[in-house]
Amino acid sequence: MIHFSLQKKLHAAKGFLTLDVSCEIREGDFISLYGPSGAGKTSLLRMLAGLMQPDSGFIKMNDEIWFDSEKKIKVNPQQRLVGFVFQDYALFPNMNVEENISYASAKNDSKKNIELLEITGLSGLRDKKIQTLSGGQQQRVALARAIARKPKLLLLDEPLSAIDNEMRAQLQNTLLTIHSQYNVTSIIVSHNINEIIKLTSKTIHIKNGRLVEYQSPAKIFCNKSEDSSALKCIFLFSEKTGNDYHISVLTGNQVITVNCNEEEAKDLRNGDEIEVSFKGAKVFLRKL
Amino acid sequence: MIETAPIWLTLKLAFLTTIILLFVSIPLAWWLSRSKSIFKTIAQVMVSLPLVLPPTVIGFYLLLAFSPANSFGKFLENYFDIRLAFSFGGLLIGSVIYSLPFMVHPVLSGLSSLPASLEEASYSLGKTKRQTLFKVLLPNIKPSLLTGIVLAFAHTIGEFGVVLMIGGNIPGRTNLASIAVYDEVEALNYYNANIYAAILVAISVIILFLLYFSNRKLQEVKIL
Repeated sequence: MIHFSLQKKLHAAKGFLTLDVSCEIREGDFISLYGPSGAGKTSLLRMLAGLMQPDSGFIKMNDEIWFDSEKKIKVNPQQRLVGFVFQDYALFPNMNVEENISYASAKNDSKKNIELLEITGLSGLRDKKIQTLSGGQQQRVALARAIARKPKLLLLDEPLSAIDNEMRAQLQNTLLTIHSQYNVTSIIVSHNINEIIKLTSKTIHIKNGRLVEYQSPAKIFCNKSEDSSALKCIFLFSEKTGNDYHISVLTGNQVITVNCNEEEAKDLRNGDEIEVSFKGAKVFLRKL
Repeated sequence: MIETAPIWLTLKLAFLTTIILLFVSIPLAWWLSRSKSIFKTIAQVMVSLPLVLPPTVIGFYLLLAFSPANSFGKFLENYFDIRLAFSFGGLLIGSVIYSLPFMVHPVLSGLSSLPASLEEASYSLGKTKRQTLFKVLLPNIKPSLLTGIVLAFAHTIGEFGVVLMIGGNIPGRTNLASIAVYDEVEALNYYNANIYAAILVAISVIILFLLYFSNRKLQEVKIL
């Protein structure tokens, strides 16, 4: 079990932000960290990994204390047994795929490395230079390297954000395989609701540095809106035919076109967030 | 015919200066690239000073410092029996100070261009600072290291003002090729001066050519 309570004053885009989050995560759980950009998600991961010093608080990993501001305990990142998958992968360009992975593992652990190469689908690429790999392949190497460390805690900072949808689905499956095989407590930062629901059993929802909710993603994301048929969309453009306006909006990865009247369409700008709801054959728009 | 001793002495000085600078500059550049301390600015000024000062000024102050008539020189002579003024050791120290920015700056810019996450990834994989430096950081800034090595070497070969002030021109000990050129011209031996000068030009061209050629090769296997 990992139990932490962390406070830190951060420089955010809109001035200062005080991050103050406390949480308890059961061993072997796969948790997602969800919230708007600049809410302090990456900072939280970095504090857990020991790469950023909290102003106050504590981190307890089972019986070990990794950080305690009152007792002045601070365990180095080297001693924390954390696998960190960085947003930019942070692979070592001077090493090939296998060397990147074996850099993380203890000596004479080549059997495990071979197993990891197989699970992550990298067996055929073991002697390839990092620069020659695609984004998805690099992500697999970063994941394999983090696991080769034999971590007690796996931290994934938006690992799949820069990857196309097809590859993303494959990598999500790889993540699930790895999680079930090694049973390592994992925290993933993600903005993708589908991904969060598919991978994780609980979601830490943070906003402006505070924990808003900590429960199952289904409870967080379902039935939030008063009208369950409402879709959150991004407005793209409108077209006028006769007295009717057709507006095109983006929801998820799909563009849909709905009819509306002039009143509803006139103030919309490309990129506006709107809510589209359906009642019978009627469509209602609301700017958010 | 000319003496070959000044040429060898110049090459020896450049070689030793480069080796010493490599050991000094890597930790210094690493500290400069990571530090937020106020001493950082002071260190940056000190490192860059030889770029803007006339070499004779550096040579003059080093000569004063090394002189047994002053406290530092006296201390060295009394306790260690070392006299640095007009000696090869003095030249070496002068060259290291004079060529310091030529090694520190390329290494510093190389280290600063690496994403911080590389270093952090290595730490979180359990590696010490030293292991991270030698296995991750330095191998990824090879072109910068090579630039530093070559510039420090070539710049030492081209020294004149500093070495003239500290070393004079004692044959076999402090008479470097650049000073030999000056001496020969003073004695109106233009032929000999020409040979020394041509050798220095040839060495410098070859070194710079090797630098640009190998950096091109290194960049073909793109580092980042």
